[in-house]
Amino acid sequence: MRLADLIGLTPAMTLFGLFILLPLLAAFVLSFFRWNGLGAPHWAGGANWVQFAHDPVAATSLVVTAKVVALSWVVQTPLSLALGLFTAGHQRYRAVYAACYVLPLLLSTAGIALMWEALLDPNFGGLAGLSHSLNLGFLQQNWLGNANLALYVIVAIIAWQFIPFHTLLYQMGRRQIPRVLYEAATLDGASGWQLFWRVTLPQLRYTIATSSTLMIVGALTYFDIIYIMTDGGPGYTTRVLSLDMYQAAFQQDQFGYASVLAVVLGVLGVGIAMLLIRFTGFASMESQQEGAA
Amino acid sequence: MRAGRLAVFLLATVWLVIVLAPIYYMVLASLRSQGSYLTVSPWLPTGGLTASEYGTVFAAGLGRYLLNSVIITAACILLTLAFSLGAAFRIVRKSSRASGAAFRLLLIGLAIPIQAIIVPLYLLIDKLHLYDTLAALILAMSAAAVPVSVLIMVSFIRDIPRELIGAMLVDGGTEWTVFRRLIWPLARPVLATLSIYDGLNVWNNFILPLVLTQSSNVAVLPLGLTKFEGQYAIDVPAVMAAVLLSVLPLVALFVVMRKQVMRSLGAIVLR
Repeated sequence: MRLADLIGLTPAMTLFGLFILLPLLAAFVLSFFRWNGLGAPHWAGGANWVQFAHDPVAATSLVVTAKVVALSWVVQTPLSLALGLFTAGHQRYRAVYAACYVLPLLLSTAGIALMWEALLDPNFGGLAGLSHSLNLGFLQQNWLGNANLALYVIVAIIAWQFIPFHTLLYQMGRRQIPRVLYEAATLDGASGWQLFWRVTLPQLRYTIATSSTLMIVGALTYFDIIYIMTDGGPGYTTRVLSLDMYQAAFQQDQFGYASVLAVVLGVLGVGIAMLLIRFTGFASMESQQEGAA
Repeated sequence: MRAGRLAVFLLATVWLVIVLAPIYYMVLASLRSQGSYLTVSPWLPTGGLTASEYGTVFAAGLGRYLLNSVIITAACILLTLAFSLGAAFRIVRKSSRASGAAFRLLLIGLAIPIQAIIVPLYLLIDKLHLYDTLAALILAMSAAAVPVSVLIMVSFIRDIPRELIGAMLVDGGTEWTVFRRLIWPLARPVLATLSIYDGLNVWNNFILPLVLTQSSNVAVLPLGLTKFEGQYAIDVPAVMAAVLLSVLPLVALFVVMRKQVMRSLGAIVLR
């Protein structure tokens, strides 16, 4: 290790190692201990993992998390793709649309949660008000208190928050497709639909992979809005894995068991993101790096 | 295809309404008094508007949250950019075992969800006697921003033509000259992009302040907003005013440099 390496790499790697890698390893180690945060941790072998395997709440959380992931992808991908292609056009009104679409990205998750709480309030909320003035009875619901609705409402709000980001990704992706590809295909007599299926979609495959991975990992670890708006309720209908972990650690002081849930989240997250590195350009970056060695 | 285009245009317009309507509602609600919010139609700007709730939230301590957010955002941007630029320069310019290993670790780090490390991170911060301090937030959030920042910076430095660097070295320059005369001036746009990207993430982060702080005097805006909601559960206009005030700096930034912000938001895929 040379001095220059030391000066260049050490600050970043120290910060990263101490506050990201070390906790990651610690989560793994802690998952084999029982600890309430006070006194000394007790070695527990695989007891926490056995508890996880038999915990009905954890099982429910896994199912709810899977639902959030799947629904988020199904809702967000086609909409983001369509809106991204729309905003990739260079007409002025499309730029105005695109600028407005970005607005939710500026709001914090906490802000978004509070805004939707105000809108969804069954008595004085914006949707209830709309229901009175337009005579649309279905808009007056106990949106977050109804066990059949809450999860879908949460998925919709997550979509409201993140479709803007993915729209931006697709917009950038579409603008990078060389124009000649469309010209050549048009000369060959391709119709609008064929251009979409034969040129646009295949050319966007990396964008689709990147966007989907970010979407899936994001939904997998989704926490903020659910914590603020429903805290997992009603019942366990919106209790996702990250919330389960939070409550195990910070409300029930079971740091060992919470670490099991953290490891599960981490393995799922890293596993899915490895696919990102495989299927998108990040892998080629790494090989260039090694080629330069 | 004409029908297809019309359908996309309609979809785009419906989405525009879905994006703007809640924000419009929030702005309007923030301009009501607590009493009139419950009685007048919430979607029409009739029945008297007032900015008094904005005063209410400042009186209730929003200024403190705002200041805390500004402090940690500025500190995180400085720390992350300085550290990442140094690391990225080493990784690209001098491939050694150390820099290769560092780069691979950071690639993995890119994928680690913060939720997976939050429990031990809390315990670590507690051990370091940093619990409930702004320093805890600055360190944790900067660390979380390092992987993506280094990666973007690496891909940027790699795009600088080798001939330029080579010429400089032939002329008797050192690595330090290359850094100071070439990389540093060229890096300004990517530093701006990263500042906005990292800054937005820090400004809006919720889970780290939730877990690592507790007192009102170190609460940052996202956490402060939920504290307001606890205090003023029935005063919706005050809560809406607080949310809008918390986003105001970002909206100002967006208005001044819209293109740059939009690029930055997608920074994770900039290559």
